[in-house]
Amino acid sequence: MLDWLVAHVVPIVFYTAAVLVVAGAIGVIWFRNPIHAALSLLATFLAVAGLFVLQHAEFIAAVQIVVYAGGVMVLFLFVMMLVNVRTLPREYQYVRSLLPAAVVTGGFLAAVVAAGLFARSYLAAADPAALTAVEGQTMGNTEAVGWVLYRDFLLPFEVVSLVLLVAMLGAIVMGRKDRREEDAGEEAR
Amino acid sequence: MTYLVIPLVKIVVILLVLILGAAYLTFFERKILAYIQIRLGPNRVGPKGWLQAIADALKLFVKEDLTPARSEKFVFLLAPVLIIVPALLVFAVIPFGPSDIWRLTDINVALLFVLGVSSVGIYGIILGGWSSNNKYSLMGGLRSAAQLISYEVPMGFAVVTVVVMAGSLSLVRIVEVQRELGVWFFLPGIVALFVYFVCGVAETNRNPFDLPEAESELVGGFHTEYSGMKWAFFFLGEYANMIVISAMATVLFFGGWLPPFPNLLAPLWALPAVAWVPPPFWFLLKVAAFIFLYMWFRGTFPRYRFDQLMRLGWKVLLPVSLANLMVVALGVLILGGRS
Amino acid sequence: MITITHYLVLSLVLFTLGVVGMVIRRNFITLLMCVELIINAATINFIAFSRQAGDVTGQVFAVFLITIAAAEAAIGLGIIVALVRLKQTVQLDQANVMRG
Repeated sequence: MLDWLVAHVVPIVFYTAAVLVVAGAIGVIWFRNPIHAALSLLATFLAVAGLFVLQHAEFIAAVQIVVYAGGVMVLFLFVMMLVNVRTLPREYQYVRSLLPAAVVTGGFLAAVVAAGLFARSYLAAADPAALTAVEGQTMGNTEAVGWVLYRDFLLPFEVVSLVLLVAMLGAIVMGRKDRREEDAGEEAR
Repeated sequence: MTYLVIPLVKIVVILLVLILGAAYLTFFERKILAYIQIRLGPNRVGPKGWLQAIADALKLFVKEDLTPARSEKFVFLLAPVLIIVPALLVFAVIPFGPSDIWRLTDINVALLFVLGVSSVGIYGIILGGWSSNNKYSLMGGLRSAAQLISYEVPMGFAVVTVVVMAGSLSLVRIVEVQRELGVWFFLPGIVALFVYFVCGVAETNRNPFDLPEAESELVGGFHTEYSGMKWAFFFLGEYANMIVISAMATVLFFGGWLPPFPNLLAPLWALPAVAWVPPPFWFLLKVAAFIFLYMWFRGTFPRYRFDQLMRLGWKVLLPVSLANLMVVALGVLILGGRS
Repeated sequence: MITITHYLVLSLVLFTLGVVGMVIRRNFITLLMCVELIINAATINFIAFSRQAGDVTGQVFAVFLITIAAAEAAIGLGIIVALVRLKQTVQLDQANVMRG
């Protein structure tokens, strides 16, 4: 039993994480309460991080957890509590007329999955050691990502940082109250 | 079988020590606070009050476990679990000593693991506050969400400063580098240590940053509706998180398990009278010092106002930690031999 | 033996679930979550191909992707806050007037 577990640790972890990912994703579109959906999404994120570890991408797994679980989802929950989803009307949540479209999409998905299951890839994966080496030098996965990021992708990196800055400004501008309201608040204080 | 049994034993020992330690921390905290305020503190249960922690634990066990009628039952139950599990998970990578016996595992991304796992701990507080269906709890949860997100950023930069100095994300390696260099990182990283510990206090919702559970404003904050064992989980989680922050501060800035002046006083540490002292002794001593600092803070500092808290996080700690990171990185570039 | 196909199929399932969610839900918050699902599916693909090819570049792109996802979430949540302030709703079909 134990030896079997140890020998099959990769498939076990993969299928557990995969089931969690899919179940979490279904939960996101299933739950009416957005906070339950957010929790479900959190499960998906964590399971995806597990998949990354399985594929020798430890750094990305950590980034996934820190950014998604530690940042994005907390923001989601924060906003949901700020606008207090409980007091909002929740009469209808699904677009019934589009349900057929969803069924068609699902059917298409099932077909592709079936095709994928039959057409197994016989290409062997590369040696995982390649993921921790740059120019023949062996190092940690984090270092390897850092080398490639700052050596080959410096310009995209800077551009992405600009995108973040613009997003931040946009969020601040949209999130702040109306100018008049703000002035009134200042006077009241 | 042995490769399974030994880690299991270690896990059990760590968990037992942690939970007992957290229980006794409450006792020490009350004692220290009492002495700061020129009182005696708990001294009725057992000799000099030493059994107080056990009595408290027993009380929590038998207390009625209430669940508010209009709460979200499942999330209400989930929240205390979410707060304690990440706090305990961190101990999987913390090295208590130099050899493999003294730690569970040594992974080369241990620091990322710690940062990631501890960032999940926020959910316990937010969800606990939300699911109670109580406005005080909700306010506490909201405050705490804002606070934790704000302080995680400068904390990350403070930790990165250490990574730059050590050139590794492995906690074992970080301590080893401090031994090789002969200097603990708190000396070149004094600003980082300051930022790290202030953020650590804020992350654990401790005084003077205990706004999420400010009694005078929010009753009990996010855990107003919790009682019995569920409340005890929040409590344990808070103390376990204090231990985590202190342990990480020890590893990152104070040389982990190394005795004081490991190179200068090397002949002294090799003496047979001292050599039998196991390395975790030094580790725990340093952790205890940091925890004492926590309690000292609680005994002496007044609470911040919420806007002051946010200003401190974003307008003081964040720029300071960023500037410090740049200075340290420059220093490493000039002095360090690493390419 | 877990091959790249497994990961690609999983990523496809995740992607489709995200698209289905975007189609059938009207709650803006849920919609944003579905976008996150889709981006995660893409990240899984990047990582799977990076593993298959033995090239770290795929992981670097995953970093970019996660960054963009964070920016997208920030903007989307900003829109939600503005929408709730204006209309007291997060239902998308309630926001059907061009002028505030």
